[in-house]
Amino acid sequence: MPKEEIVEGVPLEHQALTLDELARACAVEPEWVVHHVQRGILVGREGVSIETLQFTSVDLGRARRLAQLERDFDADEDLAALVVDLCDEVRRLKSRLRAAGMA
Amino acid sequence: MEYKDYYATLGVAKTASEDEIKKAYRKLVRKYHPDVSKEADADARTKELNEAYGVLGDAEKRAAYDSLGSGQYRAGQEFHPPPDWGAGFGGGSAEDFFADLFAHVGGQRGQRQGFRMRGEDIHAVLEIGLHDAYNGAQRDISLDRQRTLKVNIPKGVTAGQQLRLSGQGQPGMNGAEAGDLYLEIAFQADDRYRAEGRDVYEKVPIPPWLAALGGEREVSTPSGRVTVTVPPNSQGGRKLRLKGRGIPAANSSGAAGDLYLILEIFAPPADTPERRALYEQMQREIGG
Repeated sequence: MPKEEIVEGVPLEHQALTLDELARACAVEPEWVVHHVQRGILVGREGVSIETLQFTSVDLGRARRLAQLERDFDADEDLAALVVDLCDEVRRLKSRLRAAGMA
Repeated sequence: MEYKDYYATLGVAKTASEDEIKKAYRKLVRKYHPDVSKEADADARTKELNEAYGVLGDAEKRAAYDSLGSGQYRAGQEFHPPPDWGAGFGGGSAEDFFADLFAHVGGQRGQRQGFRMRGEDIHAVLEIGLHDAYNGAQRDISLDRQRTLKVNIPKGVTAGQQLRLSGQGQPGMNGAEAGDLYLEIAFQADDRYRAEGRDVYEKVPIPPWLAALGGEREVSTPSGRVTVTVPPNSQGGRKLRLKGRGIPAANSSGAAGDLYLILEIFAPPADTPERRALYEQMQREIGG
């Protein structure tokens, strides 16, 4: 008989990730996160210093996709960021087409 | 359990080099990328490709996989790992074998050397209905055959938001803490509603006379039935904003989204002599 537990899903907007937690969730080194923040590719909520930045859902989703593109395609970080931005735009436009009954 | 032929998934020979595997993966993952592919099963294929490359793209996991398959299994065939497979690469039941290729192969070295190693985080997408975002919900999630979670989803969640379930990822090694489970919220496709952040757009069909003359209309919204006033001379596509009736705020300091009712004018069919006469009268007197 499977064991059943009741657990609370906590939105990252209520309990943001630290730099180390974001790095772990993306299977990258913390230096990777710092570098991408310094380059403006990742943003995060403002902290006292870059090490105290906090990250929410948008950052986690973006960081995971960037890391996967860079890893799987040996992609340049700016190119990976462009691909992620374009994919977001495609999704937004597809959603609007669906809403307009055109897709 | 069924054997998964990762080489067949990537379309490469069992003797393929690392470079050949990487090239095959890149080619296929581009073809089936959900954002660009026209294939109906793009999502499922992408998941299969990622799973296959997750194993074959890692030398150690590939070695573990090769040592078990040994060319005797075909995709979909009933699979029985050899009795000693756990000794080298992780241990566990046959049912857990493929999951363990991801979760434990890398950690086995640490276990042998007595290192504590935190469990890996798990990421998954959780599809919910828009009403669940308005009211909150509870969903059952099966992580493996031994563990089912009832997850409480708070009200006010939005698409793309990540829920963190601390300590519900892969177990740690040698007493280290477990990883976390992250659930990305996605809304089920809905012909009537569309959400952008906390704002919700709802299609409201109205007859031509209501659009032209204006009047009241009862509308069923995600937060209950409301009566709205349609202004006279409304055209199709007009938006009526109901402030604060979008997805609720997630906490007391936040703000709820708005609900936009998009008017769609529909023409009842001219399927009786009386209706046809009315339409003909409109045609004569209004024209167009």
